[in-house]
Amino acid sequence: MQSCLPTITNTPPYADQVPEDGPPQPGPAASGPPAHPTAPALAIRGLWKTFGQKVAVAGIDLDVPTGSCFGLVGPNGAGKTTTLSMASGLLRPDGGWVRVHGQDLWANPLAVKVQLGVLPDGVRLFDRLTGTQLITYAGLLQGLDRETVAGRTADLLRALDLEADANTLVVDYSAGMTKKIALACAMVHAPRVLLLDEPFESVDPVSAANIRQILASYVSTGGTVVVSSHVMDLVQRMCDHVAIISAGRVMAAGTVDMVRGEASLEDTFVEMVGGRSAGEGLSWLRTSSG
Amino acid sequence: MVAHLVRLKATLLRNGLRRSAWQIVGLVFAALYASGAVAIAVVGLAALSTQHADLRASVVVLLGAALVLGWWLIPLVSFGVDSTLEPARFATFAVPRRDLVVGLALAGLIGVPGVATTIVAAATAMPWWRQPLAALAGLVGAVLGVSICVVGSRAITTALDPLLNRRGFREIAAVGILLPLMLMGPIISGLVDSVAGHSAALPAITRWVVWTPFGAPWALGADVAAEMWSGLIAHLGIGLATLALLVALWSWRLTDAMAPHRSAAGASLVGVGLFGRLPATHWGAVAARSLTYRRRDPRYVSALLIVPVLPILLTFGFGTTGLLVAVPFAAAMLGFSISADTSYDGTAFWMHVMAPIRGRDDRWGRVLATAVIGAPALIALGLVALGVTDRWDLTAPMLGFSLGSFASALGVSSVASASIVVPVVPPGSSPFASRQGGSMAALGTQVGGMAALGILGLPGLALSVLAALNGSLLLGVLAALVSLAVGAAALVTGVRRGGDLLDRRAPELLQSLRSMD
Repeated sequence: MQSCLPTITNTPPYADQVPEDGPPQPGPAASGPPAHPTAPALAIRGLWKTFGQKVAVAGIDLDVPTGSCFGLVGPNGAGKTTTLSMASGLLRPDGGWVRVHGQDLWANPLAVKVQLGVLPDGVRLFDRLTGTQLITYAGLLQGLDRETVAGRTADLLRALDLEADANTLVVDYSAGMTKKIALACAMVHAPRVLLLDEPFESVDPVSAANIRQILASYVSTGGTVVVSSHVMDLVQRMCDHVAIISAGRVMAAGTVDMVRGEASLEDTFVEMVGGRSAGEGLSWLRTSSG
Repeated sequence: MVAHLVRLKATLLRNGLRRSAWQIVGLVFAALYASGAVAIAVVGLAALSTQHADLRASVVVLLGAALVLGWWLIPLVSFGVDSTLEPARFATFAVPRRDLVVGLALAGLIGVPGVATTIVAAATAMPWWRQPLAALAGLVGAVLGVSICVVGSRAITTALDPLLNRRGFREIAAVGILLPLMLMGPIISGLVDSVAGHSAALPAITRWVVWTPFGAPWALGADVAAEMWSGLIAHLGIGLATLALLVALWSWRLTDAMAPHRSAAGASLVGVGLFGRLPATHWGAVAARSLTYRRRDPRYVSALLIVPVLPILLTFGFGTTGLLVAVPFAAAMLGFSISADTSYDGTAFWMHVMAPIRGRDDRWGRVLATAVIGAPALIALGLVALGVTDRWDLTAPMLGFSLGSFASALGVSSVASASIVVPVVPPGSSPFASRQGGSMAALGTQVGGMAALGILGLPGLALSVLAALNGSLLLGVLAALVSLAVGAAALVTGVRRGGDLLDRRAPELLQSLRSMD
């Protein structure tokens, strides 16, 4: 761990180059620019979070345009989950601010949360409820009325191919089915912005294609999606914007084509994050010694 | 392999201490308490060596039998079994069954209770130190006894676990099993009390206890000292057979325990259940969810058991007057049962954090879920208590004070569960499991909450007692009104305070819950 942690200062949105290092700025940032109607769906400035000694997110700036599908990629432990948690109101940042369609999330959580649909990673669900009950619960907590909830629950179960297991307890679901039911909970109140942490993890290919289709049609009608993933291929295929995050900082952000240039996203990513040449070590790991 | 398991347990314990100061505090307190008890036991046993041989035998056997029964029964009723070395976690490793059994048993001795038991057991050889052969036999018996303690404790909980762990298992059945087990304490203490009055009867009881599986191993020293070789062989045989049986039971159940718990036919419920019946509001949804969980999550069942258990316990202790005292006491305990409600949600609490829901509605929903079950149960219990004791003159203060205490406790809990979360066993785990380090933080909340409750209950209690002593109807009605007024005020204030806390601190609570997960 470095004693002086670098952060990003005055990074323009969509900078497609690696930003220069600046002095640490862990304190809460000053009030941001005034809200205006063409504000990005999600604007993040100077987001900072430390857990004890470990700096998880070290000054992240992001702008997610309305109607875009935005990919957040990075190696394990880069701070993707922490960033998404802070952007969705589940984790209070140590510094920086988050605006959803121009409204400050942490200053006015109740008003902003209705606009957000969140699929967090690594948390439990109320899994002693049946699939139907869980979506119903999410809908009622979002303040929908009974008829709307009932209709949407049925629609979501059908769209995500969970109808057969609608009356099974969520605890008995497979990992992929659990992801799908959590996704349904995130979408039940028709939010303007979806923040999805690893939505395709352990989801089978057919369901993944199905989910991609649902998200694509949501984006085409003006919705905004932010997905985190470490599957580059998937991000390159479904997202129009991407940010590469490493060690709690944004290494590059912009449209997918800008960020990757001539190379594939995966190669750009590995180069930027500093990959190792493959095949080192493990010389003993071969099926036949000879 | 065995050494690996033991080292693993020690490492887990050390790392657990490194993680949280509460755990160190908890361990220090436990160690202080245990070393006090051990010191008294060791000094007592040393002093015993000057006493008559009959008395020596009686004390050693009864003490040893108490140790074994403690190991066997206490995990069932209170502390649970330390689940750090869950057999299921070894399912993917090719650990030979025998190594696993021996390793887990030895690992069970690492920790305060294990060390204390080992020292006390070793000390049971001291009364015979003048006859080295008898002392040696006593030591052998101690090893056997400690083995029976540890293996028996594991075998019994592992064997009963799937029964209570099965989802869809009716709460009635759970009550049917847990209730007698919870009452084991007073039954035994009742027996001990009646015995303690006649210490002359000790040898007679000992003569009976030495032939039981929990008493036999501790008789070896006395047998050798008295040169009762047939007795020695018989007691050794009983001890070894008990151990063999327990090992066989444990080893047999271990196969099941190592398979991940999945019920073959998951409980199925068509429609939305309570969500369709309670109002489609924030608090209605929270109440529907809480009530659904009270049926499906075994952790809540034991909290509800307080209502029937406490009166029985207090009746044992204080006769029928105890029954009258038990009702408001049970009311307070039941109200206090939601003080860990947020902790029980675990990280699933994120749904509440994420939803545009006010803390107050969250609190009201949880209170309502407990009140719909609790209030009718308490009124019924109160009427039974009044009927049994034939004190219908106390109807007003009894019901008023009980319901008032219930409301106060719900209010205090609403603040408590919004201000602190404690490590609890994860949802759906067996009621026998326990989380290390949870107990101290939980204890802090309990003590603080109970103190607040005591102060809130004081006016109602004073008036109720006065009414009971004077037989004054007017005082009784006054007691009821005061209790209900205080309770209502505490409930409203508690829900508001707790709700405001939640509005401000819900993300922080979620972060603590995540760090415990």
